[in-house]
Amino acid sequence: MSDYSYIAFIPLLPLAAFVLLGLFGRKYFKTFSGTIGTASLLASTILSFYTAYHYFFIDGNVNGVFQKIIALKHTWLQFSPNISIDMGIMLDPISVMMIVIVSFVSLMVHIFSLGYMKGEERFATYYAFLSLFTFSMLGLVLSTNIFQIYIFWELVGVSSFLLIGYYFEKPSAVAASKKAFIVTRFADLGFLIGILILAFYSGTLDFGLLIEKLTSVQSPEFINISSASFLGASVLTWALTLVFIGGAGKSAMFPLHIWLPDAMEGPTPVSALIHAATMVVAGVYLVARLFPVFSIDVTALQIVTYVGAFSSMLAAVIACTQTDIKRVLAFSTMSQIGFMMFALGVSKYGGEDGLGYMGSMFHLFTHAFFKSLLFLGAGAVIHLVHSNDMKDMGGLRKLMPVTHITFLIACLAIAGIPPFSGFFSKEEILLAAYHSNRLIYGVAVFTSALTAFYMFRLYYSIFWSKEANVHEPNHGEGTLSMKMPLIILGACALFAGFVPFSKLVTSDGAALETHIDIGFSALPVLLAFSGIALAAYLYKKENDRPQKIASSLGELYKVAWKKFYIDEMYLFITKKIIFNLIGRPAAWIDKNIVDGFMNLLATMTGKISVLIKGLQSGKVQSYALYFFGGVIGLAVLFIYIWK
Amino acid sequence: MNASVIIFYIISAFILGAALFAVTTRKIFRAAIFLLFSLIGIAALYFWMQVEFVAAVQIIIYVGGIVVLIIFSIFLTQKSGNEMPKPLRTRAIFSGLAVIFGFAFTSNLIREYGFKEISTQPFEVKVSDIGTQMLSTAEHGFVLPFEVVSILLLAAMIGCIVIAMKVKHEEK
Amino acid sequence: MNEITITHILFVSTALFFIGMYGLFTRRNMITMLMAVELILNSVNINFVAFNKYLYPGKLDGVFFAIFVITIAAAEAAVAIAIIINLYRSHHSIDVEDAGELKY
Repeated sequence: MSDYSYIAFIPLLPLAAFVLLGLFGRKYFKTFSGTIGTASLLASTILSFYTAYHYFFIDGNVNGVFQKIIALKHTWLQFSPNISIDMGIMLDPISVMMIVIVSFVSLMVHIFSLGYMKGEERFATYYAFLSLFTFSMLGLVLSTNIFQIYIFWELVGVSSFLLIGYYFEKPSAVAASKKAFIVTRFADLGFLIGILILAFYSGTLDFGLLIEKLTSVQSPEFINISSASFLGASVLTWALTLVFIGGAGKSAMFPLHIWLPDAMEGPTPVSALIHAATMVVAGVYLVARLFPVFSIDVTALQIVTYVGAFSSMLAAVIACTQTDIKRVLAFSTMSQIGFMMFALGVSKYGGEDGLGYMGSMFHLFTHAFFKSLLFLGAGAVIHLVHSNDMKDMGGLRKLMPVTHITFLIACLAIAGIPPFSGFFSKEEILLAAYHSNRLIYGVAVFTSALTAFYMFRLYYSIFWSKEANVHEPNHGEGTLSMKMPLIILGACALFAGFVPFSKLVTSDGAALETHIDIGFSALPVLLAFSGIALAAYLYKKENDRPQKIASSLGELYKVAWKKFYIDEMYLFITKKIIFNLIGRPAAWIDKNIVDGFMNLLATMTGKISVLIKGLQSGKVQSYALYFFGGVIGLAVLFIYIWK
Repeated sequence: MNASVIIFYIISAFILGAALFAVTTRKIFRAAIFLLFSLIGIAALYFWMQVEFVAAVQIIIYVGGIVVLIIFSIFLTQKSGNEMPKPLRTRAIFSGLAVIFGFAFTSNLIREYGFKEISTQPFEVKVSDIGTQMLSTAEHGFVLPFEVVSILLLAAMIGCIVIAMKVKHEEK
Repeated sequence: MNEITITHILFVSTALFFIGMYGLFTRRNMITMLMAVELILNSVNINFVAFNKYLYPGKLDGVFFAIFVITIAAAEAAVAIAIIINLYRSHHSIDVEDAGELKY
């Protein structure tokens, strides 16, 4: 076991960059801030890769099973001899995978932003916020203690809020950042209650101890938590469901998904980093971290499965109708995360049954690359066309060759076409679903087909179809700093599927043997090809077939286009019910009763003081009378009363 | 019930009655005259107590000096025939109550105390004794207060002149 | 003479004192206030003489005190009149309610 304490630098370097750029960037560093941010992240990435190499290939493997290694642990806040909030660093297959993903994608986004955000006045602030986010996310994945993960969870939420609201002069951006923060904060309430319940019953906040106590069926903690019941379900189910609610908020699962489409108001590289590859998978990561406990409680796992599957299908349907390219990508993210969620849901712990877990993590890995590539490509397109809407784009393959090829690679990956990376990870998921729940398998196959369709609808609308009116065609694709990350990520999207993932990251740490089953994979791949073909038929050349289909579907199309009116429902509940029934009376009480009481005290003091002021009337005889009265009073007091 | 007791009661009634009218009447000149009567009554009381010198001093200074001074100042400052304004009702009531309460309280104290009179020695006040004691420097001599009072009178005189002086405007 | 104890005389002087107090509180005219003050001083004088006569017949201190009090009362009345005249010149009234500059 070698010394892993250098890992502390992985999150701390971006934190240092945040402090430096936040305090001094605007005044002293200005455009050099980009270089500082990128440099700190490059160092972090190199360290992450080194850690991964060391863990996976040298140290971590003991008798064929990858161990959990606690690299650092420091007791921060002690509540009782057993319950304390520790800050620490834990290495285990998923956390090492996550630090590689987070630091690498963040580095690509940093490089891309050098070109994309050039000329912004608040350039240094942007890089400061990006560094803050990277620090928070890295801290989140390395947490040893469930409360530590909660702390970093909130930090990630704050960074997301700051970055979504980056263009704060736009009221829509401000509203979107508020919405994101409030929805995720509301979900985090559930998470906190779940943490408290788990801590109460298991007597500890540490992940390792918690999992150990709650998974051994004979332990007194497990017996307590599973026998105690509340409203019909066991407390364990409640605790896990509440924790999942927190995860669902961050990962934009139905019905807490409303913030993700609006979060596209932020700058596009931010969407690539936060809302595609890293922050939104935090919910999946949380379930994966607590997976041994989830796998014991069947009810909680079923909730995860069905919520994930439903969200994935809902998002795919909505994505087919949207015209804003970033919104299509946002819904696509929601759909893919749904895949990851239900893959975890259909999985069991250990050995062959843990295929779903492995598939989910593999999909997380590949998704990070192709989704961030898609967003960065979209960013390059928006940079050229100065609009987000598909109607303003078309025929851009001639103007932006590099973007075109990398975008195509990413679309093929997400559609699940071999030999691109998405095919391998999706296949594992579909295999796991097939073996445990046929309904979920059906939903998954249907959703994959839809995925291929709407992604290629997006692709053809941007790069083929009609010729768009581009104002400055000489603007070109963007600088080298914008093209280089696209090329690197394109290569990753192409080759990431060949990583022997099943040997490295599994539910219990032992290697898993997988092979490609041609017969099984034929169906999804064929459906994907048919989806692509349909998209080409409708969108490759400009025509009115999509219009006819849309009008023939009539109301259904409109409902899907309006995102199933979920936002309107939320607005209704908050405005009509919460504001009017709860907010308004509370405000009235506060203004009239609480403030009124204070004002009353003040007015009374004023009136009493006016009365007392009247004693000083300037009339000498009154003074003499008071004096005399006082003398008589004192005389009576001393002579008769107080001897 | 011998004659001196009856005389005492008459003198006391006269003093108190005149004083009461002096503080309640609405015409200022009448108040001055009632004050005069009250002071003469007090001088009569001194005569009754067989301290004739003090009675004489009282009449000379109080009645002959101060009351005259007051009457002069009345003439200087207002038309003495008019009625003075009535006092405020609340003030009259409160001060009346306070005064009555104070009087009851004090007279109760006096009655409870029980002064022990010494009736063995006779009380003789000879003017020559007063004179010699006033100017003697031995024990029980009052020459120091005598001199101090004379300086006080000087200060009072100068003070009156300064305060009441009209500041002349210098004509250039 | 024997039936009049010191208590009777003190009673008279107390009554005179409080009558003077009432006049001090109630009268609106400054000169009448001065008159009430004279009544108070006189009651004190009666007290001194009575105490001397009934409790300390061998000494003369009370008599002397009474004489000095009379003298000082005269001086004080003179100064008071001077002040009243000065006030009259500035306010053109000797109503004590009009001299309210000590008011808040």
